[in-house]
Order: sequence, then structure tokens, then C-alpha cells
Amino acid sequence: MTSLRIFAIGGLTSYRALFYWLTPYVYVPSLLVAPIFQILLFVYIGRSAGLESDEFYVIGNALQYAAIPCVFAMGFAISGERYQQTLGPILVSPARRLPLFLGRAVPVILNGAFVAAFSLVVGGLLLGIDVPASALGPLALVVLVSAFSCTGLGLINGALGLRVRETAVLANIIFGLLLIFTGANVPLDELPGWMRAISDLVPLTHGIEAARLLADGVPLASVDHLIAQEALVGVAYGFAGYGLLRFLEWQSRIHATLEMA
Amino acid sequence: MRAGARLLAVGWLFHFKMLSRSAFDGLLGVMWPLFFATVAFFMFRAGGGEETLLYASLGAAVMGIWSVTSTSAGAAMQRERWQGTLEVLVASPAPFALVLLPVTIAMTTIGLYCLVATLIWGRLLFGIDLHVVHPLLFALSIPVAIVSIGTFGFLMAVAFVRYRFAWALGNVLEYPVWLICGFLVPLTLLPDWVRPISWLLAPTWGIRAIRQSALGGSPLPDIALCVALAGLYTLVGVLVLETALRAARARAALSLT
Repeated sequence: MTSLRIFAIGGLTSYRALFYWLTPYVYVPSLLVAPIFQILLFVYIGRSAGLESDEFYVIGNALQYAAIPCVFAMGFAISGERYQQTLGPILVSPARRLPLFLGRAVPVILNGAFVAAFSLVVGGLLLGIDVPASALGPLALVVLVSAFSCTGLGLINGALGLRVRETAVLANIIFGLLLIFTGANVPLDELPGWMRAISDLVPLTHGIEAARLLADGVPLASVDHLIAQEALVGVAYGFAGYGLLRFLEWQSRIHATLEMA
Repeated sequence: MRAGARLLAVGWLFHFKMLSRSAFDGLLGVMWPLFFATVAFFMFRAGGGEETLLYASLGAAVMGIWSVTSTSAGAAMQRERWQGTLEVLVASPAPFALVLLPVTIAMTTIGLYCLVATLIWGRLLFGIDLHVVHPLLFALSIPVAIVSIGTFGFLMAVAFVRYRFAWALGNVLEYPVWLICGFLVPLTLLPDWVRPISWLLAPTWGIRAIRQSALGGSPLPDIALCVALAGLYTLVGVLVLETALRAARARAALSLT
């Protein structure tokens, strides 16, 4: 029961406490306007290169932009505690770590899914993308699963925040790598073999592929394996992130490095 | 006049050295445009436009200059505010514009690293050879582009002075300017109503000057437009700054607390 309370109430409270600065003056330009311009940028580059349809870039970039709220926020979940000088008290508390950190991830997943869905809808409307009504529900599922898997990767960024000061810089680098490797803008078969192999192992790749197929009218049953793969990638990163968190927490006790970063 | 020039030069050097101190920030500054350049190179190559790769390479190289400007210049005054130095600088006898202008130009100068890194990246990974047709004009157009973009950053910094979250506005301007200034997309592909906006932006003429001098053409009109726009931005920036500072003094609102 205590774990459940830490997971649900603790997660929501910490999100509100850590992201008090995320006012509409920041949220609207950073998370609602910027992704639309990213979509427009790549749509026009795509038109100039004569590569793929507008739909390809709208879906790819809308989902890929979930990396901003997911990876940044999970990084800030740790670095923000340090900034507010509450990281030490949290780590000496007897609270179980799994609900403590996973609870912080839930609002991040929901926010990431909202940003991706908003970008998809507005980008689609601006560029006249037709999506079958029957695909809207499955698309929402794909957006949610993609945000989940991206938050798993964000947990690794958060864990590194126990040892590295610049989690925002790391988040930017992760965002850039996802831009290249997820096939958001470059068809995966145009990437070299070694890059394609990495693509299969990073969040968003399968989600973006599934969303594109759904938007083309392919039924949910035909892309369920892609959604499952996306979820599996998220679970794998989540476990890796949690393991890294525990390891670096242990290291910080041994080497007294918690406040060094 | 000499004191003003000295303040500009020393201020630029001081801030350039200060901005170069963080290896982590510097790494991101160089890597960030490389991510976009890489995607663009793959897209143009996959689209079969090998000849457009050089066009894209030059555009991507200048993207970094704008990136470092938009993300940091917008918040230049906010940064001083956080550091607690804004009031001291405003109260000092030197005109505040002469203090702020070299800050934004120093930020833009950091983009030189991005420019060089992107050209080398394109050469090594995508085999994009750059043969500069007019080397002297190329060497001239780069600093002119940097200064004009830096003065645009100065205008942004003073325009956002009353906005507590200026960094967010600066960030959001990164993509639109990449798009409408023709860094990677020819302006002819954009809707007609966009073009007059791009004409008012120095990066449009900066990238044109660099392209014309590298690929062959007449970059001098573009260089002249960069210089003219830099003068215009500085003039408007100084007027806006003086008005904003007068209002801030009258209302005791400089710190926005």
C-alpha cells in the first residue's frame, strides 16, 4: 500500500514540485510550437530532396518529438532534486526505489504522449494529411507506447544524472541520435547496415513504423508485433535505467559523489 | 569612439573565452547541427540529388551559427539577470548596448566551430568536396554573416528583455529561421508570403553570400545586405534597449522579481 502511495501520489507530487517552472510561457513555445516547426522543416527538406510524402515526415517527427518531454523530464527528475537540494534526503529515505522512480515516470509518459499526439494532429491538419477514422484509436495506442519506451530511455538519462551534471546536454544528444536512427526522416533502408541494426534497438523506431502503417489504413492486427516490439524496447530501457539508478546510487554512497556531479 | 571600439573588442574576446570554457556545452554546440546535417545529407543522397549535397552542406554548416545564436542570445539578458550582474552592468557608465552587443556576437562566433565541423563531417562521411570559387570573398562572407547574425541576436536579446522565459522563445525560433532563410530548402519552395519575411532576416543573406562565394556567383550584393541589416538591427536594438531600460528604471522592474 505504501509503495502504491509512493508510486501514485509521490510521482504526481514530485512532478508538480519539479516542474513548477513549466508554465504556459515555456510549455507552449517549447512543446507545442517547436514540434510543428520541426515537422514543417523536414516536410520542406523532404519536398526539396524529393524523397518521401508529407505524411512520412509528419508522423516521424511528431512521434520523435516525444523524446523532448520524455528524455529531458526524466533527466530533470534527478538533476532537479539535486538543484533543489532534496536528492540526498530522498536517497536516504527508506522508500522502495522502484515505485519511487517509476511513479515519476508516469506523468512524463502522459505528457510525452500528449505532445506527440498534439504535433500529429496539428501537423496533419496544417499539411492536409488524411488518416482513416478507424486508425485514430490504434494511433493513440502507438503514441502512448512510444512515449513509454522513450521514457524508458529517459530513465537512463535520469540515472546518469546521479553522476553527470549536464543531463540537459545529454538529453539533447539523445534527441539528436533518435532523429537519425529512428527513421523519423530517413527511410531505414537508406541507412547503412550498422545503423539499421542500431535502429532496431532504440525507442520510437517501431512505433513510428507502426504509426505510418496505421495511417495508410493497415489494420491494428497487422502492426501489433511492431507495437509489442516498441513496448519491449521500453521495458528493456526501463530495466536498464532502473539498474543504472541503483548502481550509481550505491556508487555515490561508496565514493561520496552524490553532490559532486 | 575609441573607447567604444575597445569595449566592443574586449567584450567580444572576454565573452568568447568565457563561452569556450564549458567543454560539454561546446561539444553540444558542435554536435547539435551535425545531427540535423546528417539527416539532411541522408535525405538528399537518398533523394538522388548528389549535386544538391554541396548546397545542403553549406546550408547545414551555417545552421550551427544560427543555432548557437537563437538558443543563447535570446536569453543573454536573462543570463546576466540570473548571475546578478544585470543591474551592475546597466548602472555602469558605459552604454549598455556596447556591453550587450559583443555578448551576442561572441555567442554567434562560437558557431564557427559548428561551421568547420559540419564541412569536415560532410567531407569525411559523405564525401562532399568543397571547392571554393572565390576564396577571398568566402573568407569575407563568413565574418560578415557572423556579425550580422550576432546583431540579430542582439535585437532578439533586447526584444525579449521583459520576458522571463526568453530562452524558450529563442529555442522556438531555431527551426523557423533554418526553414525560411533557405539553409536547406530553396526559398522558391516556400509559400510566396514567406519570402518578404526571409528578406528581413540577415541569415538569408549570410547563407546566400557564403554560397555565392563558394559555388560561384556574385556575393557582394548579399554581403552588402548583411552589413546593412546588421546596422539596422543594431540601431533598432539600441532604441528598443534604451526605451526598455528607461521603463525598467521608472518601474524598478529590471530584475523582474
